[in-house]
Amino acid sequence: MAADADPKPTLSASALRGFFDGDVWHSFRSSPMAVGAALVALVCMVCALLAELVAPHNPFDLATLELMDSLKPPAWLEGGERKFLLGTDGQGRDILSALMYGTRISLLVGVASVLLSIAIGVTLGLLAGFVGGRVDAFIMRVCDVMLSFPSILVALMISGVGRSLFPQAPDALAFVVLVLAIALTGWVQYARTVRGSTLVERHKEYVQAARVIGVGSLRIMRRHVLPNVLGPVLVLATIQVASAIITEATLSFLGVGVPVTSPSLGTLIRNGNDTLFSGEWWITAWPSLTLVLITLSVNLLGDWLRDALNPRLR
Amino acid sequence: MTEPLLDVRHLRVEFPTRRGTLLALDDISLTISAGEILGVVGESGAGKSLTGAAIIGLLDPPGRIAAGEIRLAGRRIDNLPYEQMRRVRGREIGAVFQDPLTSLNPLYTVGQQLVETITTHLDLSAAQARRRAVELLASTGIPAPEARVDHYPHQFSGGMRQRVVIALALAAEPKLIVADEPTTALDVSIQAQIIALLKKVCREQGAAVMLVTHDMGVIAEACDRVAVMYAGRVAEIGPVADVIHRPAHPYTAGLMGAIPAMDADRERLLQIDGAMPRLTAMPPGCAFHPRCGRATDRCRVDRPELAAVGQTQAACWHAVTEEV
Amino acid sequence: MLVFILRRMLQALVVMLSVAFIAFMLFQYVGDPVNNLLGQDATEEQRSALRKDLGLDRAFPVQFARFVVNAAQGEFGISLRQGRKVSTLIAECLPATLELALVAAFIALVFGIPLGVYAALRRGRATAQLLMTGTLFGVSLPNFVIGILLIWIFAVELKWLPSFGRGEVVALGAWTSGLLTRDGLLHLVLPAVTLSAFQLTLIMRLVRAEMLEVLRTDYIRFARARGLTDRSVYFGHALKNTLVPVITITGLQLGSLIAFAIITEQVFQWPGMGLLFIQAVQFADIPVMAAYLCLISLIFVVINLGVDLLYFAVDPRLRVEGKAH
Repeated sequence: MAADADPKPTLSASALRGFFDGDVWHSFRSSPMAVGAALVALVCMVCALLAELVAPHNPFDLATLELMDSLKPPAWLEGGERKFLLGTDGQGRDILSALMYGTRISLLVGVASVLLSIAIGVTLGLLAGFVGGRVDAFIMRVCDVMLSFPSILVALMISGVGRSLFPQAPDALAFVVLVLAIALTGWVQYARTVRGSTLVERHKEYVQAARVIGVGSLRIMRRHVLPNVLGPVLVLATIQVASAIITEATLSFLGVGVPVTSPSLGTLIRNGNDTLFSGEWWITAWPSLTLVLITLSVNLLGDWLRDALNPRLR
Repeated sequence: MTEPLLDVRHLRVEFPTRRGTLLALDDISLTISAGEILGVVGESGAGKSLTGAAIIGLLDPPGRIAAGEIRLAGRRIDNLPYEQMRRVRGREIGAVFQDPLTSLNPLYTVGQQLVETITTHLDLSAAQARRRAVELLASTGIPAPEARVDHYPHQFSGGMRQRVVIALALAAEPKLIVADEPTTALDVSIQAQIIALLKKVCREQGAAVMLVTHDMGVIAEACDRVAVMYAGRVAEIGPVADVIHRPAHPYTAGLMGAIPAMDADRERLLQIDGAMPRLTAMPPGCAFHPRCGRATDRCRVDRPELAAVGQTQAACWHAVTEEV
Repeated sequence: MLVFILRRMLQALVVMLSVAFIAFMLFQYVGDPVNNLLGQDATEEQRSALRKDLGLDRAFPVQFARFVVNAAQGEFGISLRQGRKVSTLIAECLPATLELALVAAFIALVFGIPLGVYAALRRGRATAQLLMTGTLFGVSLPNFVIGILLIWIFAVELKWLPSFGRGEVVALGAWTSGLLTRDGLLHLVLPAVTLSAFQLTLIMRLVRAEMLEVLRTDYIRFARARGLTDRSVYFGHALKNTLVPVITITGLQLGSLIAFAIITEQVFQWPGMGLLFIQAVQFADIPVMAAYLCLISLIFVVINLGVDLLYFAVDPRLRVEGKAH
């Protein structure tokens, strides 16, 4: 049977129109889960980025906090106030506002570490694939070893070492260490994918012909290798943002993540854990719910993206 | 005339897709008599493998048989419930697929796979089944079968593996074998051996064979009759010698002309302009008319049915037998 | 095959040495090694004696060699936080973590594999789709959120299960086990379920994906073409081929279970190595961190080696040598 063979999606300008006509967009529109997930992710991102404008209070402005407001339950329960829609914590901070600021921190750290991961991974992958030989073997060995260690462990070690080396570090440095720690756990997949594609392209005749004419390797890599890996890298990146957010939340929950002055969702959950047994469930519940919603949406999007870009399932 | 062993009548196979229903096989009719070898030849995508799959009842969903009948020894098999069709498979129809490397489960020995097939269909004890397995290996030309029966598939070379596959297909003594490109994945020298083996065992067991291939050389070597398929339809069907030397359908003539011959003095190989139409863009009337030198207005509108022309049957309004 | 094993062992040795190197750098240069070995309360005399003894003025490779020799014997000095020998601390905490990890692995396998098979065979049905959606939750819910949720439901609201510590344990020589007492078992439930959650969903998704791949292969098609029963095709052929990569990947997951235990132990205050490690990180307790690093690497390397050997045992293609003929 003569099968329909759609060309692999490339990212040239005219192909963008083809994108909206094509299978990927159709698959998106016809999948309520993907649309829902994208919406949720979008809402969270907007709230987070525009926290100053959207949040009803500023939970970090110590002047506005009053101890009288502490431990208030959500507005619809007895003892709650409309002013503090989701309740307050032990120091009178509005949970909803803290949630928005916290989401921003979580998202920023998550996205930043994935971007750094991609930068490291793609570079090393290109290097390994193009230079080959000893360099390739070494990089692959490092990949193997890194893969056999769970990410949380690597992140913890780097965080721990960072703290030991700079015990009185300023907040900015703490963030850098955190982003670096998470980034170093995720680069391996990109390196492998890119290396694979580079190896395939490198041996093709037109690449060898180009080299004979004198076209630089960098240009070859940019023009031929990168478009081919964009699809898988995109899928990987989406799924990794979710896992980066979870890793950051975990580290913050354990007390070795973001500095205490800029609490992320993980820190908020940690703070609320202490009052769980005394019945103030909302302090932990809302940050947990938000965290789950975000990672769920991102994972759903990643799943759908992978199925949509997989030529075999079309 | 005795009833044919396999009788396919007006078979239609459809694939419902998001973009509409694709008609993959359009009114296929062919017959195979007991002990006969029918070749089914055509380009990639013509529908030859699908015909085989439909006959053994293993169409990949969402494909389904939309119309027509398939009869085996007079009994309809296209509408059987799953369990009954399962019993037909292996016991009455055997199958041989293209790639012997991937046809065998790498985690089981050859003997285990043979015994499993035998005991599923025949009422034999384990010891008897194992004896039969060794016999089967011997009959397909595998040396030292008593030892090799306990070997794993990866320990066999390509040609030997295909012999194992043939042994498996014959294990339950079927009357019909559907062989889908059995030699395509093998070296040329091995191909000849496998073809000879197929002919031999079928003669000995009295089994009929439907030999699907794109290689005319294999057809010429092995088959009694041949069906030429084009775009999901049968273009021509008849005895091998007639179809090859006196093709009636212009497509068949084109195919024969495209084969390099050792003795003929030809400057260039004949090439049929254009390509086989895609299923989504099937021309009205005769499927071949856009590429045909004999096409007239009628060809563009009316679809031709198989009609007798000399010794063969061809689906063409202008079927003329030419010496090739 | 012997060559393969030797080569893998050599690689393992290289990895261990690299890890030891990192641990050594931690030990020597982050913080004071004398402190690390003697603890905070040592006298000045003890310190200078140790400095001479350690040969801190000696060449770098010598110090490294000494560290490695000590490490191999389990000697990592004194915990800065607790003032006790690191080796003792670890020996006390190891059984707790191992028990937790093994029980969690068991739960993940016993439930994950059958559910994955079901999701593959009944693909498209509502229950299967529900299961797969459930796995999405399992992958998206962080370990500690699951733990907190379970604590809230079962410990705070329903008050059925305890949520703190190990409960009653029985000492068996150097090992302490919570499996032999009812109290210990009750305490084990919530942490083990929490720890197994991620692995369970992973196994389920893996089994389903592998099985669907296998069901598409030629040999399954050929098995069906030979008229084999569904039971033979699914459980005799497909399942066996599916489990080969799954079992080996799961073996590797055992290592990550021990790492994830860090989080679970924090949530449930489970007195295992993970809790010890977290407290070390928070406190910058270098000796404990270094020791944990080396121990975990050893466990991982051993597990990896074991999994490689397992591959040999189950896949005949790797076992039998000799040319195909």
